[in-house]
Amino acid sequence: MGKLIGWIDDRFPLTKMWNEHLAEYYAPKNFNFWYFFGSLALMVLVIQIISGIFLTMHYKPDAATAFASVEYIMRDVPYGWLIRYIHSTGATAFFVVVYLHMLRGLMYGSYKQPRELIWLFGMFIYLALMAEAFMGYLLPWGQMSYWGAQVIISLFSAIPVIGDDLTLWIRGDFVIGDATLNRFFALHVIALPFVLVFLVIAHIIALHEVGSNNPDGVEIKKNKDANGIPLDGIPFHPYYSVKDIVGVVVFLFFFSVIMFYFPDGGGYMLEHANFIASDPLKTPEHIAPVWYFTPFYAILRAVPDKLLGVGAMGAAIVLLFFMPWIDRCKVKSIRYRSVIYKVNLSVFVVSFVVLGWLAMQPVTGMITFMSQLFSFFYFAFFVVLYITSKNESTLPVPDRVTS
Amino acid sequence: MSTDNVVDTKRRRFLVNATSVVAAVGAGFVAVPFVSSWMPSERAKNAGAPVEVDISKLEEGRMLVVEWQSKPVWIVKRSEKTLADLAKNDANLRDPASENVDQQPSYAQNHDRSIKPEILVLVGICTHLGCSPTFRPDIAPADLGEDWLGGFFCPCHSSRFDLAGRVFQGVPAPTNLAVPPHKYVSDNVIVVGEDEEVA
Repeated sequence: MGKLIGWIDDRFPLTKMWNEHLAEYYAPKNFNFWYFFGSLALMVLVIQIISGIFLTMHYKPDAATAFASVEYIMRDVPYGWLIRYIHSTGATAFFVVVYLHMLRGLMYGSYKQPRELIWLFGMFIYLALMAEAFMGYLLPWGQMSYWGAQVIISLFSAIPVIGDDLTLWIRGDFVIGDATLNRFFALHVIALPFVLVFLVIAHIIALHEVGSNNPDGVEIKKNKDANGIPLDGIPFHPYYSVKDIVGVVVFLFFFSVIMFYFPDGGGYMLEHANFIASDPLKTPEHIAPVWYFTPFYAILRAVPDKLLGVGAMGAAIVLLFFMPWIDRCKVKSIRYRSVIYKVNLSVFVVSFVVLGWLAMQPVTGMITFMSQLFSFFYFAFFVVLYITSKNESTLPVPDRVTS
Repeated sequence: MSTDNVVDTKRRRFLVNATSVVAAVGAGFVAVPFVSSWMPSERAKNAGAPVEVDISKLEEGRMLVVEWQSKPVWIVKRSEKTLADLAKNDANLRDPASENVDQQPSYAQNHDRSIKPEILVLVGICTHLGCSPTFRPDIAPADLGEDWLGGFFCPCHSSRFDLAGRVFQGVPAPTNLAVPPHKYVSDNVIVVGEDEEVA
């Protein structure tokens, strides 16, 4: 065995990579609950790729047969229902895990110097993931697939001058049709997964270059022993690989409960109207996106102007990219930051959740007013952060991580 | 040669830059066929032939939906009262006189936005984000308010249009609903998708 590895090591940096990324990658010893979600996201990506590959073996990307082929997978393909539910539950799980992972970053200042690029790669992953989820949702070719895509593609028509030609180019037809379905299939199963995997690798390489942040926001590389190993660091393998396996087991427990007992998530993961084949002549009475897009949809709905609405929705996402520069406080972790920051972040998180709920409600005057109010809070987070973070009154940050 | 070990950095930079520019231009040309392949195909362009509709059975106050270019086209027969009510909305509309010429052919650029006043023909796609609005001819329903004189309500983002497809102020939709090209071949037969010859 040792001889074989030696033979490989002379030709490929196997042991070197194993050590750099696992056995001798020193992570802070004070990781808590919030540090499960990075590795979980990686696992969900693998689940999606494998279940997705098997779905393509039965699915037909053709407007005439797509809807029926999904029903065929559900009824006739052996275990087809299970594979499809793994994939649809996996989509929701992906966003749950990614949102919690992003919140962790916000709480512990993981986007701050020197980790700006990790954050940017992460935001691009989030963007690619949204595109991936959106295109995947068109494929079953149900009513919500069709009208959801109609609305999202029409967002581009708000762009002045080139908007209409751009939407025509994206659709490949004057309405959403076979051409749209076929290209979305190609992007969903080949192009975007490639982009995602590439970005995930970049995200991890950047992380392993600068080292992980931790709940105290202390740089463990500042205190090293005689061998150059951080005093507060422990090797990722076996310490965190084993810890993460516990996380995986708990996660798969919840995953299975949803997949087997609530596969449509009460209509929020697989919307009821999507069990009806697409009809270009009739929009469903009540239209709302899948849950993970709802906060942004609420912002869109809150603005009674096409261009400004689409602009506000885009800004809600784009602003997150700039977090490393909007937040000017030197202290990373929320543990040592001011009450203002704690309140500000809490209001932001609550606004995000409430906006998500608001977007699922039918429009009334009250719902519109509340959407406007919470959209205001959402954007106020960035403004308040920029203003208050420059001279924030922070607590003293310890030299070493706390236990 | 005497300059064997001397690198002419200026010359090298020029060559690197020149090569890069040529490669970038080449890449641009290669991108053209790929980007163009996303435009509507010849088949898609040829689809969408005109549709003939018989409206002899359409009753007053009712709406008929037909498919043209895979889009819903509405044909509504309006009553005298509805036509008289249209003017009451004028003050609350973005474009009451249909001045945006992209949204209707010239022969429908009038107060009723139609050829025959009572027959309204519209593309049933919201000018906001492309949902198909709901036909709501009822007057002053609870959910739309007391001022509602009948019209179209988009369930997606609550844009409102009156019974001439004109958009109200304060809603996300920017323009009036489109009137498709159409003409009458007889009193009760409309062809959607072909322009009326200008008389």
